[in-house]
Amino acid sequence: MKAFSTLYRTLDGSKRTNQKIAALVAYFRDCPPADAAWAIHFLSGRRIKLGVRRADIKAWAAQEADIPQWLFDESYNAVGDLAETINLIVPSGKETLGHGLTWWIEERLMPLVGATPDQQRCLLVESWKQLDPSGRFLWNKLLTGAFRVGVSRGLITRAVSEALSAPMARVEERLMGPWVPGPGLLAQLGDAASAADPASPRPFFLASPLQDKITDLGPFNEWQAEWKWDGIRCQAVRRGRRAYLWSRGEELVTEQFPEIARLVERLCHDCIIDGEIVARRDGSILPFHELQKRLGRSVVPKRILREIPVALIAYDLLEQDGTDFRDLPLSQRRGHLEELVRPVAGDQIMISPIVEGDWSELEFQRSQAAQNFAEGLMLKRKTSPYRSGRVRGDWWKWKVDPYVIDAVLVQSRRGSGRRAGVFTDHTFAVWKNGVLVPVASAYSGLTDAEMKELNAIIKNSGLEQFGPVRTVKPEHVFELAFEGVSRSARHRSGVALRFPRISRWRRDKVAAEADHFPALEAMITKTPVIKREITGELFPDWPGCGTDPTSQ
Amino acid sequence: MAELLRVTTEGLYCEAGDFFIDPWRPVARAVITHGHADHARGGCASYLASVDGLPVLRARLGADAPISTVAYGETVQLNGVHISLHPAGHILGSAQVRVEHKGDVWVASGDYKNGSDPTCLAMEPVRCRVFISESTFGLPIYRWNHDDIVRSEILDWWTECKNTGRVALLLGYSLGKAQRLLAMVGHDGPGPIVEHAAVASMTKAYREAGVALPQTRVAGEGMPEGGWAGSLVLAPPSVQGTPWIRKFGEISTAFASGWMQVRGARRRQGFDRGFVVSDHADWPGLLEVIAATGAERVLATHGQVAVLSRYLSEKGIDAGPLATRWSGETDGTESEPAP
Repeated sequence: MKAFSTLYRTLDGSKRTNQKIAALVAYFRDCPPADAAWAIHFLSGRRIKLGVRRADIKAWAAQEADIPQWLFDESYNAVGDLAETINLIVPSGKETLGHGLTWWIEERLMPLVGATPDQQRCLLVESWKQLDPSGRFLWNKLLTGAFRVGVSRGLITRAVSEALSAPMARVEERLMGPWVPGPGLLAQLGDAASAADPASPRPFFLASPLQDKITDLGPFNEWQAEWKWDGIRCQAVRRGRRAYLWSRGEELVTEQFPEIARLVERLCHDCIIDGEIVARRDGSILPFHELQKRLGRSVVPKRILREIPVALIAYDLLEQDGTDFRDLPLSQRRGHLEELVRPVAGDQIMISPIVEGDWSELEFQRSQAAQNFAEGLMLKRKTSPYRSGRVRGDWWKWKVDPYVIDAVLVQSRRGSGRRAGVFTDHTFAVWKNGVLVPVASAYSGLTDAEMKELNAIIKNSGLEQFGPVRTVKPEHVFELAFEGVSRSARHRSGVALRFPRISRWRRDKVAAEADHFPALEAMITKTPVIKREITGELFPDWPGCGTDPTSQ
Repeated sequence: MAELLRVTTEGLYCEAGDFFIDPWRPVARAVITHGHADHARGGCASYLASVDGLPVLRARLGADAPISTVAYGETVQLNGVHISLHPAGHILGSAQVRVEHKGDVWVASGDYKNGSDPTCLAMEPVRCRVFISESTFGLPIYRWNHDDIVRSEILDWWTECKNTGRVALLLGYSLGKAQRLLAMVGHDGPGPIVEHAAVASMTKAYREAGVALPQTRVAGEGMPEGGWAGSLVLAPPSVQGTPWIRKFGEISTAFASGWMQVRGARRRQGFDRGFVVSDHADWPGLLEVIAATGAERVLATHGQVAVLSRYLSEKGIDAGPLATRWSGETDGTESEPAP
């Protein structure tokens, strides 16, 4: 655990990329291979589901520290991180076992899975006594699933490739998709012979926000314009007769969208399609929060499947029958994509329509984006390869200007992590029949100085003495920006704002001058219909397909 | 029984003796616990303070401020009220104020700590019926390490800075914290110690009061031979992000404060290092002192007022909040008023 603690301290304390990489490389080279695998697992943001209730952890910690539960909770509110709170409060033992990271995970975390609460408690209390403070902090982080340190996927890739003297591209590919930690992982990541898991996605090519004028991009005919959909970015991988749907966070979401998976299985070729999953009913794209009902569940209930139909809007083809298309120009990939998808295109899989015209026509189309529940337009250079990560120059997202309202701050909550103990999560309200109705929560958009000032105001004006939430005297007005408004039964106000954030502090306004609810209602997008022809015909059993495509 | 001390718009007031303790507005008679700006404000017609704290108070309130002094433990009488000052262990000259009237004894703690500090007398708990206690770090997450541990952490960091050609910029209150840090590192550092002018004027007052401190130089006097690299620069937190720090070249910035106990506080403010060292009592310290006073009633001020009151109430002590305008240790994001 010591070596891992040292690595963590260096990563956490350094802002320099080279220093971080050097520390990672040294760790990967020197530690046992199993430790390296677990380190990669957690550093790349993966977790293990241990099945220990947070409330139990808090109760056991309070008992170990011999303090009342409310005092533990109050401390947690001030620290904002459960792992750290435990570390600061529970007396630490003197004994430190000389075990490594793997032991602490496999002997002390994994046995928690499926154990009774009593057994879990024994493991926790025992471990708290046997770890030194820095090791205990990390172990708690792994326990509570909150292990984070400023290391990007790219950094890990570079460090692994350097430690193994293996090409970056190979390591990057192997790190995508499913792998399990174990002593053989490092070798597997670098070994030229072992192929990447065939069901893995490829690194996503990410667009950058367009800041220049569109006319600076050159002639219009060098560009392909599409809608920027308000959905979930997804790579659909077909291998053999099976489909795998991967989100941009590289999580498998196949189970959440079974109807799309079934259609992908019906394609005639193994392939990797890049596209967007949207909620779509009767030809209309539904608001993003409808789509969210599909997520975060292990099994999607039939009712939700029926009520929230979804579609995959395909816009790129990265691979077909083992041939990598990523270096081909976009125009050629698009041709292949259309050929591949057209036979199954319909309500549930469609090809992303191309927005035609010229630059000025595009300006107009962009202003209409909300009508399509699109966030704006995508501009892609026709000659562009499919790059990896956020590389500027070839793919731009050109979003519509946000909506704004003036709303009154009514409540604030303390943040966690870097924002621990500081009031950073704010609730805002607008007027409705003479009372303030909360309509949105936002926590970003203020400068550091404004955040400090607001924090001091909230600290002094709060009514409650305990707990993380403060009711704030309604006298501060802020301009909120957001991407759209839709009706929502789940929100008490009856509307849901999409991606609200604070755009500025309206010190010139008093609460009475904030906006009124009807102003929000007027922004609700009318039932949108996709104007362009994008559907093909659906062939449930397309001839020559669906029997055993691999044998063709 | 009548309240011997109560809060008015001017400050904490003793009606029987007609005086205030650390008033926040100008009054006729002010008893001052210590020289920090939220406790010692200018404009009063007369001040009473401990003799140990006089040089510091003079540096803060001006050479001709009307200050009377008493030694720790010495009693002053005002309209039948007995007033005495007792070491609070917070900074040089810091005092608790004991007020006795017709057999009733109250103690106002000011700011206090009960750990070791080479620059001032150790805190002496005073028996009383009512204890007004600060509560800056009144949560069980706050437990301070022994000074020796912090001392070697600071020296290690300084050495590391020297070895990598950087300046070690150590931020802390210019009054009290900075001098305690100086005394802690002593003569064992790997390079010269440089002070910001605000720190230097307080260090001068400490030296005048007879506190032994290592040799320092003022930043304004110019670069030491061999450049800034490798030196330890002591400055108030308000210099963060100002042009003043540019002249030092490559720096590593650390903040010495009790708030550094929580990782989020350090990261939020972008410090490279945080050293947990405070001139306020930690959680066990607060409880220990409160128990030692034998007080049957505790009034909590500035800090974790609600938490401390509730905890003590559950332990059977009559405890409640007292709304004052003292701020305790700020987290370095608010600027310290100039001396």
